Amino acid sequence: MNVIKIYLKLFATFAKIGAMTFGGGYAMLPILQREIVEKQKWASEEELMDYFAIGQCTPGIIAVNTATFIGQKTKGVLGGISATLGLVFPSLIIISMLAGVIEAFSHIAWVQHAFGGIRVCVCVLIINAVIKLLKKAIIDKFTFVIFVAVAVAAYFTSLSPVIFVIVAAVIGIIIKNIGGKKA
Amino acid sequence: MIFLKLFFSFFKTGLFAIGGGMATIPFLYEMADTTGWFTRDDLANMIAVSESTPGPIGVNMATYVGFITGSKVAGIPTAIIGAVTATLGLITPAVIIILVVASFLKNFRDNKQLNNAFYGLRPASTGLIAAAGISVAVTVLFPEAFSLAAFNFKGAVLAVILLALTNVKQLKKLHPIVFIAASAAAGVIFKM
Repeated sequence: MNVIKIYLKLFATFAKIGAMTFGGGYAMLPILQREIVEKQKWASEEELMDYFAIGQCTPGIIAVNTATFIGQKTKGVLGGISATLGLVFPSLIIISMLAGVIEAFSHIAWVQHAFGGIRVCVCVLIINAVIKLLKKAIIDKFTFVIFVAVAVAAYFTSLSPVIFVIVAAVIGIIIKNIGGKKA
Repeated sequence: MIFLKLFFSFFKTGLFAIGGGMATIPFLYEMADTTGWFTRDDLANMIAVSESTPGPIGVNMATYVGFITGSKVAGIPTAIIGAVTATLGLITPAVIIILVVASFLKNFRDNKQLNNAFYGLRPASTGLIAAAGISVAVTVLFPEAFSLAAFNFKGAVLAVILLALTNVKQLKKLHPIVFIAASAAAGVIFKM
């Protein structure tokens, strides 16, 4: 198979994955297993789990990270880029069309009422997401203090989230190293 | 140059948002306040649309913000440029980092200091999302002013019902789109 065909295949496969995933992250895992492991055989089950784990602990969107990783492992740097562009392609098309339509109808009263209801639902979805994340993030009293301190400081100040992320990473390293020496 | 600014705003988001789509919300919140490209109300709508359409939530939100911001320059053509610019900005840092990481995979996953950093990063990222969530909730529950007279009573009732329903064991597994659609219907019926 010639090289261009492989890049196109990576693009098309990840475009399909992007179009079939609602919500990204974990919702993507079963579709990745079917397309990448079973159909294309680009990675084994274990490799896929490894890539996914790395996607979670590197900055950025988990789905994008995983796509780049699989593409890179399959066909180098250009493979990684092809897979990633494929993944975001359906979002670009679907959201651009929807955003245009929503903008055009946004002045209609019942559309505004619908979004009034939807915004309430978004709050609830964020609360549920936070509860789910808390179970993984808060494992002792230090992590609890970090969570509360960041939540309060971020709400009451206009400091950039970037600062919190950098400080939290440094604090994590310091606490763990001091704790490690004691033990 | 608005498109350059759009690219770098999302580059920053892609670099520092850790832990999936919801982690981009604090950054979008900051963007709403500092750039004036969209309002806090717009942001809540964007989250709902991004949750209800195919594709990773973070990518959908970047495309949406880019489209809306670009459309204010000269309509649909610049909207599409905006959508592409924001999305490429979001994924560029991830692509660079992953391509570097992929070349020395083993050292990376077992790196002790990296795991230590994540010990602090996970609760901090969750704290940032919680703060953004509270901000969204305040704008939804007190749309005009922070006073009892401006309290969105219908919204509060719907929120309590949704909180209860989304945590019922049998309904937990339902896709968020079900609850979003139901909320839209409730919004129309009760004129929210």
